[in-house]
Amino acid sequence: MFIVELSDLQGLITALQGNGYAVIGPTVRDGAITFDTLNSVDELPRGWTDVQEAGSYGIRRREDDALFAYNVGPHSWKKFLFPSRLRLFAAQKAGKGFEVDPAPTGTLPRYAFFGVRSCELAAIAIQDKIFMDGKYTDKHYKTLRKSACIIAVNCVRVGGTCFCDSMNTGPRAKAGFDLALTEVMADGKHHFLVEVGSPLGKSLLQKVTHREAQDAEKVQVDRILKAAEDKMGRTLDTQKLPRVLQDNFEHPRWEDIAKRCLSCANCTMVCPTCFCSTVEDVTDLTGDHAERWRRWDSCFTTDFTKVAGGNMRMSTRTRYRQWMTHKLSNWVEQFGTMGCVGCGRCITWCPVGIDITAEATAIRENSMSTLNG
Amino acid sequence: MNRKTQAAEVEVLDPMTTHPVLIRKTIWENDDTFTLTLDMGDYGQGFRFLPGQFNMVYVYGVGEAAVSISSDPAKPAVLDHTIHRVGLVTTALAQMKRGDVIGIRGPYGSSWPIDCARGKDVCIASGGIGLAPLRPIIYTLIKRREEYGRIIVLYGGRSPLDLLYRVELEKWANDFNVEVLVTVDRGDSSWKGHIGVVTSLFQYIKLDARETIAYVCGPEVMMRYTVDELDRRGIPQTQTYLSMERNMKCAVGFCGHCQYGPTFICKEGPVYPLPRVRPLLDRKEL
Repeated sequence: MFIVELSDLQGLITALQGNGYAVIGPTVRDGAITFDTLNSVDELPRGWTDVQEAGSYGIRRREDDALFAYNVGPHSWKKFLFPSRLRLFAAQKAGKGFEVDPAPTGTLPRYAFFGVRSCELAAIAIQDKIFMDGKYTDKHYKTLRKSACIIAVNCVRVGGTCFCDSMNTGPRAKAGFDLALTEVMADGKHHFLVEVGSPLGKSLLQKVTHREAQDAEKVQVDRILKAAEDKMGRTLDTQKLPRVLQDNFEHPRWEDIAKRCLSCANCTMVCPTCFCSTVEDVTDLTGDHAERWRRWDSCFTTDFTKVAGGNMRMSTRTRYRQWMTHKLSNWVEQFGTMGCVGCGRCITWCPVGIDITAEATAIRENSMSTLNG
Repeated sequence: MNRKTQAAEVEVLDPMTTHPVLIRKTIWENDDTFTLTLDMGDYGQGFRFLPGQFNMVYVYGVGEAAVSISSDPAKPAVLDHTIHRVGLVTTALAQMKRGDVIGIRGPYGSSWPIDCARGKDVCIASGGIGLAPLRPIIYTLIKRREEYGRIIVLYGGRSPLDLLYRVELEKWANDFNVEVLVTVDRGDSSWKGHIGVVTSLFQYIKLDARETIAYVCGPEVMMRYTVDELDRRGIPQTQTYLSMERNMKCAVGFCGHCQYGPTFICKEGPVYPLPRVRPLLDRKEL
């Protein structure tokens, strides 16, 4: 492990750019911490933090100059790897028929994601299973993913809606990064403990002024991260949860949730693992040019399950049930892991503050099955 | 280009890219259902499908729909799709004529298993347009008729005029020793056959439970009652297969629309062995 001083951190951004990466990182915009192009350390949310609770989000000034003293905002990295809108193909009228131009994948950007939290590494690993590890491959995703560089940042504080500890996804990044940073501010020092996760990370670090970390500095970081772990905003008992949800398909709580749920789809848009999409077909005014676009979709929309014979899920009750049962139960059978990483976004950004951890607990505590958790 | 090379190329193409093919003819089966016959052209050279699989059918500038292939798997260069005119895409397809071009990608999904039926009786139960994805397996069975025992086709439609493939149903019965039993929900003045739901046809047949393989496709409610009936007649669940339907956008497991409990119908289905979906059938609005 190594130490990079705050004053040398810019060197890492410069090194990434020098390697041809488009660097993306957190920045303050429209009253939230969002992801955007990052050219300089000065664009990071220095001295900002966020306050998150069910149904509420705000950013506040801090007393210090911390660069990463906040948690995840409304954006997740899926907006880069799995863009909200993507052209799948274009078609040109040709005689009585048409010709198809497949979507090009040759000119995609090489992203460096700067400031990826541990829960988000887990989310990316989950989307990898969906788009790259199955029978079919999403070439667009794979091209972007394989060329991306990941600079993780460990969470030295946790937010009000975080529960990564329950999901075993944080707060400390364990794998899936090129470099992982922990910000340390103590005793008048402000530096970053750096862990190397790949040969690429190693070569990047060589371009940045750094030194070996002393044992005391490593221990200090262990302590900081352990303290964060103990302050988790929420918890979710995952023990036998997939089974509990299957056994409670007709639980009255689903109707109770439906009375509050607006079916607005916010939870699915902010979720870093939700992967559902739909397609839109368009033509220009002449009709000579047609395109097919993929865009994010949500299992909360009315048309999601429409077929010739009718609609499979008619109510908010059944749509919410599908969403949560998929996340915490069916996902396990489909992909070998839950579809939730405990980032808390769905809780924070729900306009009525529905809390997945509270709802799962309510169902477990009044389980209709003989299984008691 | 020889056939082998072409097949390899088809395989590596983007699974979301459609391929233009020519419409050879449209046959109206009833007021709102028609069969499109497609000339697969160059794309057809490497195209093979199994009975029960489906294609994504694209109309230029309008959209795509998942449609099961309803023709003979032994003739993959010319494909039939039997389509119910109900939404935007299927209405556009209904208006297309001989010589028009549509897009195809596929085939996708699982198929009716045939090896398990060899030397056994086969009971096919279908309702409405559910007969369409079963027609390829019927073609396959009667091609080697001697390899199977009894072949029973139970088929129910809304009314006599709604019945699909009427000429073929008679041909299968007359020329291929298929026991075809048809019922309708409502008769008309010309109808002398049975009236009632598909399951009511079971009273006319005796099944040798241990020696029968059942293939079922139709509306979900019809399939629920049919599997109950098969169960009552002692057909082991492991010998029953059914084909499920859900909304589909991608057909390759990415879009999430076709989830049916823990399964993706586009990848694991549409054809499932009954034990896999039996608990799911009773779950409303799953």
